[in-house]
Amino acid sequence: MMSPMDHPTPPVSPIFGRLTIDSLPLHEPIVLVTVVVIAIGGLALLALITKYRVWGVLWHDWLTSVDHKKIGIMYIILGLVMFVRGFSDALMMRAQQAMAFGGNHGYLPPDHYNQIFTAHGVIMIFFVAMPLVAGLMNFVVPLQIGARDVSFPYLNNVSFWMTAAGAAITMISLFVGNYARTGWLAMPPLSGVVASPDVGVDYYIWGLQIAGIGTLLSGVNLIATIVKMRAPGMTLMKMPIFCWTALCTNTLIVAAFPVLTAVLALLSLDRYVGMQFFTNGLGGNPMMYVNLIWIWGHPEVYILILPAFGVYSEIVATFSSKRIFGYTSMVYATVVITILAYLVWLHHFFTMGSGASVNSFFAITTMIISIPTGAKIFNWLFTMYRGRIRFELPMMWTVAFMLTFVIGGMTGVLLAVPPADFVLHNSLFLVAHFHNVIIGGTLFGMFAGINYWWPKAFGFKLDRVWGKRSFWLWVSGFWCAFAPLYALGLMGVTRRLSHFDDTTYQPFFIVAGFGALLIAGGIACLAVQIVVSIRNREALRDVTGDPWGGRTLEWSTSSPPPDYNFAFTPVVYDNDAWWDMKQRGAVRPTTGFRAIHMPKNTGTGVFLAALSVAFGFAMIWYVWWLAAVSLVGLFAVTIGHSFFYKRDFHIPVEDVERIENARTRQLAAEGVAA
Amino acid sequence: MGAAPRSAYLRSMPTPLPSRSMRRSIALLAVPALVSGCSAVVLNPAGDVAAQQGDLVILATALLLLIIVPVMVLIALFAWRYRQANTKATYTPEWHHSTALELVIWSAPLLIIICLGAVTWTSTHLLDPYRPIGRIDAKRAISAAAKPLRVQVVALDWKWLFIYPDYGIATVNELAAPLDRPIAFELTASSVMNSFYVPNLAGQIYAMPGMTTKLNAIVNRPGNFTGFSSNFSGEGFSGMHFRFHAVPAQDFDSWVRRIRTGGGTLDRARYLTLAKPSADTPVMRFAGVAPGLFDAAANRCVAPGETCMRDMMMADAGSKHAMAMSAMPMSKPAGPIEASTTTAKNSADDTARLTGAGLSMPGAQRTN
Repeated sequence: MMSPMDHPTPPVSPIFGRLTIDSLPLHEPIVLVTVVVIAIGGLALLALITKYRVWGVLWHDWLTSVDHKKIGIMYIILGLVMFVRGFSDALMMRAQQAMAFGGNHGYLPPDHYNQIFTAHGVIMIFFVAMPLVAGLMNFVVPLQIGARDVSFPYLNNVSFWMTAAGAAITMISLFVGNYARTGWLAMPPLSGVVASPDVGVDYYIWGLQIAGIGTLLSGVNLIATIVKMRAPGMTLMKMPIFCWTALCTNTLIVAAFPVLTAVLALLSLDRYVGMQFFTNGLGGNPMMYVNLIWIWGHPEVYILILPAFGVYSEIVATFSSKRIFGYTSMVYATVVITILAYLVWLHHFFTMGSGASVNSFFAITTMIISIPTGAKIFNWLFTMYRGRIRFELPMMWTVAFMLTFVIGGMTGVLLAVPPADFVLHNSLFLVAHFHNVIIGGTLFGMFAGINYWWPKAFGFKLDRVWGKRSFWLWVSGFWCAFAPLYALGLMGVTRRLSHFDDTTYQPFFIVAGFGALLIAGGIACLAVQIVVSIRNREALRDVTGDPWGGRTLEWSTSSPPPDYNFAFTPVVYDNDAWWDMKQRGAVRPTTGFRAIHMPKNTGTGVFLAALSVAFGFAMIWYVWWLAAVSLVGLFAVTIGHSFFYKRDFHIPVEDVERIENARTRQLAAEGVAA
Repeated sequence: MGAAPRSAYLRSMPTPLPSRSMRRSIALLAVPALVSGCSAVVLNPAGDVAAQQGDLVILATALLLLIIVPVMVLIALFAWRYRQANTKATYTPEWHHSTALELVIWSAPLLIIICLGAVTWTSTHLLDPYRPIGRIDAKRAISAAAKPLRVQVVALDWKWLFIYPDYGIATVNELAAPLDRPIAFELTASSVMNSFYVPNLAGQIYAMPGMTTKLNAIVNRPGNFTGFSSNFSGEGFSGMHFRFHAVPAQDFDSWVRRIRTGGGTLDRARYLTLAKPSADTPVMRFAGVAPGLFDAAANRCVAPGETCMRDMMMADAGSKHAMAMSAMPMSKPAGPIEASTTTAKNSADDTARLTGAGLSMPGAQRTN
C-alpha cells in the first residue's frame, strides 16, 4: 500500500510551483501543431477586433452585459467554440480506432489517447451541452414569461463568466501540462494521487469546480426568475412547456451540482493533503466516489435532456400550427422525470456487485422513467396529428429527434435490465446509447432551438439551403458513426481501447470514422449557414418579430427585442399567450410609454473569472503565492462589488418612445408591403 | 516459469467460430443482419449464463419494439399526412385534449414496463453473479455433487492473475476451465478498478482493490476465447486481455499437470514484482502459489509489514466509537469489504442480502 506521503514528489519551486519548461508540449508534435494553429487563429481574431475598432463595443455591449439575451448568446458562442474542440477530439479517436489493429498501433500513444477521450467527454458535457442549454434558457425564459430580465442580472453575468473560466482552465491544459487520463468522471483510485500524480486530474478538478459555481448560481437565478417574474395571469399551468422544462432542469441543477462540488472537494483533499476518502488505504473506499459522482451524474443527463424536450414542445406546436396536445400530462411527465432522476443512479454500476434486490430496484425505477418519456413522445405525435406541419429547419430537427431518440430510449431501457447490462456495460453499445440520446436528444434540440430562435435574437432567419445540408449530413452522419458501435457492443467490444488485436472489428470502425467525417461536414455546413445568413441578412430579414407564426410571448416583441424586452408587461389569459392575443385581435399599445428601470452593466464578472482562472491555475501547479493572492482578490472584488450601489438606471421615456415608434412604423410598412 | 509456449492441445483445438474471411463478410453486412449473425458474441456465447443474458437482451428488445415500431411508423405517417401541402387532411388547430387517448399513451408504456419489470426482477435474481450455478445448460440439470472449480482473480496493472486454490497453481493472462463444470470466481484488484469480462462465458463483474466480488459461471462449448478488462484502468488498459480456454475435463487435468511440472512458484516477493505496472504482459504459469496470497492481496497486506485491512477494521470495530456506530457486533474478522455492503459492519453472510427476493440461495456461505 502506497500513501501519498511515500510517493516521490517532484520538487516544487516557491515561485513557479510544479511548472517547468517541460510542462510545455514541445516534444509532442501533434499537440504543438494544434497549439500553434490555435495561437495563430487567436492572434488573427485579436487583430481583426483591433482593426475594426470593436474592442469598445465588445467590452461595453457584450462582455460586461447583464442583459439575459446577450448572456444567452455568449453562452451559445462558448458552447459552439468548445464544440469544435470536443469534436476534434472525437475525430482523433475515430481515426485512431479505425487504424490501430494488429501490428499497427495508430498514431496516438495511449497517454495521449487517454487524455483525448477524457477531454472529449468533459468538454462535450460541461462546456458544450451545458452552455448551449444554459444559453437557450437564458435567452428564451425571460422573454417567454414576459419579464425584462432574470431575477439577478449581475449574478447571471458572473455565472456565464465562471463557466467560461472553467472552459479556459480546461483549454489551458492543452498548452501547459496535460489533461486527466481517467475517463470523464475521474474515478478513483485511478484519479488518486498515486495512480495520477501529475497535473491532469487537477486540471479536471479545478475546471469543473469553477464552472460548477457558475452553473449552480445560474440555476438559482433561473428558478427565482421563473417563480417570481412571470407576467400577470401566467399561472404555473399557463406557462410555456419550455419554461416548465427550464424550471425542472434548474431544480435538478440546484439539487445535484452541490454533490459534484462536494465529491470533487473530497477528491481534492485526497490529492492535496493526503486524506483518504477514496483511496484504498486507511479506511477510504473508492465506491463512495462512484456513488456520489453518479448521484450528481444521473440528474445531469436529465439536466441536459429536459430543456431539449422543452424546445421540441415549442417547435412541434408552432410548426403544426396547433396547440400542444396534452399540456397537463406534458407538465406532469416533466415533473415525474425530475423526481425519478434522483432514484436511478445505481444503474451506472450494476456490475460492481450490488445485490440482486438493489439492482432490481434501480433497474425498475429506471424503466419507470421511460413511461413519462414515452408519454412525451406521444404528446408530440398527437400534436402533429391533424395539424398543418411546416417542415422548416426546426421542425426537421424535431422529427429527426423523434425517430432517433426512440431508438436511444429503447437501448437505454435495455441497458437498465441488469443481466443485459452485465454483458453490455462499458461496451461500445453503451457508448452508442448515450451518444444516441445526447446527440439525438440534446444536440438535435439545440440545433432546432438555434434555428428556431435565431430570428428572434438577430432579426433575420438562418439560411435554409445550408441548414438542410447541415441537417442531412448530421443525421446520416450520426447513424453512420454510431450504428457500427451498437453492433460492436454486441460483438463484445469494450470502450476506451486505443488498440485492437482482432482485425474483424476494423470495417466497423472505418464505417464509424466515415460517419464522423459526415458529421464534420454537417458542422462545416452549420458554420457556412451562419456566415451565409449574416451576409444575406437583408434578404432573410424579418421585421414582424413573429416569423414562424409563434404562440408564446417572445414572438410578441420585436426581433431583436429591445433591451427592456417589453415596453408594457403583457397580461396573460391563456396558454400560448401570444397565439391567444392574435386570435382575439389584441392591439399593440402605441402610447403611454414610461421610463424603464434597468440594471447597469458591470465588469465584475470578467474580473472574477480572470481571478478564478489564476486561482485554478495556481492550485493546479502548486504556485501557492499566486493561489493566495488570487483568492484574496476574489473575495476583495466580490465584497467590493457589494458596496457598489449605483447599479441601476432608467431608460428615459423618450428612448422608449423612439424605439417603440420605430417599430410601429416598421410594422405599418410591413403591413402595407404585405 | 515465465512465458511458456502454448501447449499442443490448445493449438489443435477446434475453432467454433467461422473462418476469418467469413466473419469479415458478416461484418460488412448491415446491423440488423449482424444481430442474428454469429459474430455477435453477446447474443451467441459459449456459456450458459452469458447465453441467458443474451436471450434477455433479445427478449427485452422484442418487448420494447412492441411499442417503438408503432411509434416510429406513426411519426413518419403523421409527418407525411399532415404536411402543410396536404390540404385534404383534417386540421383541428384547437384540439389538444382527449382523456381516452391520454389513458392509452400512459398505460401502453406502463404495461410494457410492468412486463419488463417482472422479467427484470426474476432474471436479476436468477442471474445474480453471486448465485451458484443451478444448471449446466438449458437442457441439463446439475448434479448435487458437482463441485465448482474455484478461481481467484487478481486484476493487476495491467494483467490478470488467476490462482487455482484447489490445484495450487497460478497463471497470468491465461485462464482455462473444463466444460460443463461450474466455475466460482472470486475477484479483487491490486490498485485500481477493473472489470473482469469474458463475453463468451458470463457477464462481467468489477475487480476492485480492498474488496472482493464474486462471479459464478459455466462454459458449455469448447473454444479459445478472449477475456479482458472492460473498465478503463490506465496506460496499459488496451493490452489487458487474456485467453480463456474452455476444454474437456481430461484436457483441463492435463493442463494442470503440465503447469505443476513446469515449475516456478508465485511467492509473495514474486507477486510484488508481478504487481508492478507492465503492459502487454506475456502468459506466465506457476506450479506453486504462496498460501493465502489472494486473501492477502484482497486485504492489501502482501508486502511484509503491511497491516491487513481486515485487522485494521477489527481494531476499528473494537473501539467504543465503532461499536456504537455498528449495529451488529463483529464476531469474526470482516475480511475484505464485500462490494455489496460497503461499510465496515459488513455482514459475514451474504444470504441475508437475497432474502428479500423470495428466492433460496443454496450454499451461499462465505468461504473466507
